[in-house]
Amino acid sequence: MSNAPRLTALDALHRSLGATMTDFAGWDMPLRYGSERDEHNAVRTRAGLFDLSHMGEITVTGPEAMKALNYALVGNIATIGPGRARYTMICQEDGGIVDDLIVYRLGDTEYMVVANAGNAQIVLDAITERAAGFDAEVRDDRDAYALIAVQGPASPGILKSVTDADLDGLKYYAGLPGTVAGVPALIARTGYTGEDGFELFVAPEHAEQLWRALTEAGQDAGLVPCGLSCRDTLRLEAGMPLYGHELTTALTPFDAGLGRVVKFEKDGDFVGRTALEAAAEKAAANPPRKLVGLIAEGRRVPRAGFSVVADGEVIGEVTSGAPSPTLGKPIAIAYVDAAHAAPGTAGVGIDIRGTHEAYEVVALPFYKREK
Amino acid sequence: MSNPQQLRYSKEHEWLSNAEDGVSTVGITEHAANALGDVVYVQLPEVGDTVTAGETCGELESTKSVSDLYSPVTGEVVAANQDVVDDPALVNSAPFEGGWLFKVRVTDEPGDLLSADEYTDFAS
Repeated sequence: MSNAPRLTALDALHRSLGATMTDFAGWDMPLRYGSERDEHNAVRTRAGLFDLSHMGEITVTGPEAMKALNYALVGNIATIGPGRARYTMICQEDGGIVDDLIVYRLGDTEYMVVANAGNAQIVLDAITERAAGFDAEVRDDRDAYALIAVQGPASPGILKSVTDADLDGLKYYAGLPGTVAGVPALIARTGYTGEDGFELFVAPEHAEQLWRALTEAGQDAGLVPCGLSCRDTLRLEAGMPLYGHELTTALTPFDAGLGRVVKFEKDGDFVGRTALEAAAEKAAANPPRKLVGLIAEGRRVPRAGFSVVADGEVIGEVTSGAPSPTLGKPIAIAYVDAAHAAPGTAGVGIDIRGTHEAYEVVALPFYKREK
Repeated sequence: MSNPQQLRYSKEHEWLSNAEDGVSTVGITEHAANALGDVVYVQLPEVGDTVTAGETCGELESTKSVSDLYSPVTGEVVAANQDVVDDPALVNSAPFEGGWLFKVRVTDEPGDLLSADEYTDFAS
């Protein structure tokens, strides 16, 4: 494997749009095209167009595809109806989070697992190994798809103008095959921005045609191309965890406040069950640190790794931080000791290069769209 | 982007105006502003502070990172731009004009400041 960054099918297009590119998980991806704050605000108020082709698609098919995934992942795959999707996780035997995933049920015996770019190989290897005893085939489909997302309140109208698919009947966390702008696509109503929106899985050779058609269709609605920088602030405001920040192999889903994704009641064993049962008990009886939101009273921006402090003691650590365009203030997600985790807890601050800046403890998310 | 000919430049991407009555204006270049992305917070030296060429005298925060602000010259700060403190986006929208950062009464300057053409080569 070479060390040169991988390029998406839209690479030349991004460069022609003047994108600032960044190396992300081994891919050369658009960081921003112009102002990341303008891109963020466009998604909150109008629409934004993202290239997410770095995400890793893994297809699992066969008579025992569901059973294989039920064993490999912590969620209950048996309850995902055809055409629906589920947020779930894959854990180590010790309960540590390998990655968070979305599983789409594409057919009766066909599932697509979407992993984070940086974990795709590890997830592929783990699912392949865990599915070995089942009548199921695991296929690396990373190169089979480009992924384009259109996100924001104007996105349903924009997408409707280029597809006959029944978008009104397409619920949040559902997907259906269709034709968009003349190209075959898997249309999913999912996203990572806290807004309504769609993710379109298409063959790489169709990506440019689709991108151009969506750009044109969204022109009047104010759609703009958006980079990974605003994707991060959008998901941060929406309180959505990011692997490598809020989620790591050192944490279980219960540590991350996401124990609800673990379904002990499902049939059969699954990797990590024993350790996760212990983690669930510990989280209920003696909660470790809790994941909270922090809003700045001042203007200095917290970053991942900064200490959360109270009375001169370190009580936690920032996992993600950024200036929030929507709130107009810096915000952070942090793990803090349970004693300081209640919203409104007084005297909490963040150590920003030696100065303790005051922060308000709030419940996540920072932002929730009106439905 | 073009770097104004009448300014001189540091390798830390600050610009310096020619002195009027011994006072020069300092800002960061358009190249630097573009590299930072949207600037959201600016901490400037205060009036009366002594700044030293090549040493940090403030900070600039953008969405993704924080960067130290270096003074290109040595001297006493005689003005700090309150407009950019109130509206840091000025650093992006007008880095060579309304987005200036501070004014300094120069007592010493290093010999390695760059001309506009030299800086353009350096930053490319």
